[in-house]
Amino acid sequence: MIFWRLFYTFLKIGIFNFGGGMAMLALIQNEVVEVNGWMTAGEFADIVAASQVTPGPIGINVATYAGYTSVINAGYEPSFAIFGAFLASFAVLLLPFITMLLVSRYLMRHKDNPMVKTVMHFLKLTVIGLIAAAALLLISPDTFGSFSDSPLQFWVSIALFVVAFLVSLKWKTSPILLIVLSGAVGFVVYYLIM
Amino acid sequence: MVSLWQLFWSFFKIGTFTIGGGYAMIPLMEKELVDRHRWLTAEEFMDILTLSQTMPGIFAANMATHVGWRLRGFSGAAVAVIGNVLMPILIILAMAAGLHYLQGNAVVEAVFKGVRPVVVALIAAPVFRMARAAEISRYNFWIPIVAALLIWLLGVSPIWIILIAGVGGYLYGKYFERKEVNP
Repeated sequence: MIFWRLFYTFLKIGIFNFGGGMAMLALIQNEVVEVNGWMTAGEFADIVAASQVTPGPIGINVATYAGYTSVINAGYEPSFAIFGAFLASFAVLLLPFITMLLVSRYLMRHKDNPMVKTVMHFLKLTVIGLIAAAALLLISPDTFGSFSDSPLQFWVSIALFVVAFLVSLKWKTSPILLIVLSGAVGFVVYYLIM
Repeated sequence: MVSLWQLFWSFFKIGTFTIGGGYAMIPLMEKELVDRHRWLTAEEFMDILTLSQTMPGIFAANMATHVGWRLRGFSGAAVAVIGNVLMPILIILAMAAGLHYLQGNAVVEAVFKGVRPVVVALIAAPVFRMARAAEISRYNFWIPIVAALLIWLLGVSPIWIILIAGVGGYLYGKYFERKEVNP
């Protein structure tokens, strides 16, 4: 049953998320696209875009939206999807909430402990790999278009990717601005011109 | 004593008025918790920030849990987290329903065709920034690369990779790291 699976999946995602919203994207992408096949890479990219331009933690936004989409894609009515959305957000919050309550008093005293620092350093290094893998897995015909079906979309996508990557790396340009601009490019190229 | 309503309202504002993820909330959190209400000193705020980043889960929700717990115990923690995520959940849900309703609409499709490759770029770019921040060196650069290849090519679950890294870090700290500072 999808609701139990959704709950369990997001419970796991919550407790294994170290290193911020991007790391959580990597976990969610892996679980909902690769493992469970609840949505395509293209749909996942749409969810990430929507989550970047609305308020709130990215992890919560993606969990909510992914919960909604997974249930819709499984063939349920929107009212069930709303339940799925709340369920996914609740699940992703639950275990970290309990952990924070149980250990924060203890950890507050040990935050400068060298062992905690070493483990965190290893996790930080690994999380970089996690995020890189998520980006690599998202490069697919779902997100870039396929060269054989539509060479124009393929090359426009490559150009948008390269420009956004370089601009974001060099100037840390706001993701919101880049998403809005690329949406405008999409509108002009794929709706007005084609 | 801080009222639960006040705690809820503060975190509601923090959650509702920041676009761009948990880290974008830091300045508003500091203003609200340290400057405005004086619930925390600047130093306590920094300590809680570090703790929330260290613990698993969503960073902003971890902040809310700890601050709420500190001020009003369990109910304070619950109220602060709910305040923090309530509006974002409702807004993204409205967006999900709206976009689903518009599925197949030519304009929406065109817009997302432009956005998708940029989303991939936005996930790829922080990899390089984070590598610098994590003090990557010629001794440890293989760790993120092996992790990425295991997930990308062999389909290993990131959860296993996290578990292995945690246990590996613990063993390294216990048996190898007596004098040096970093792996």
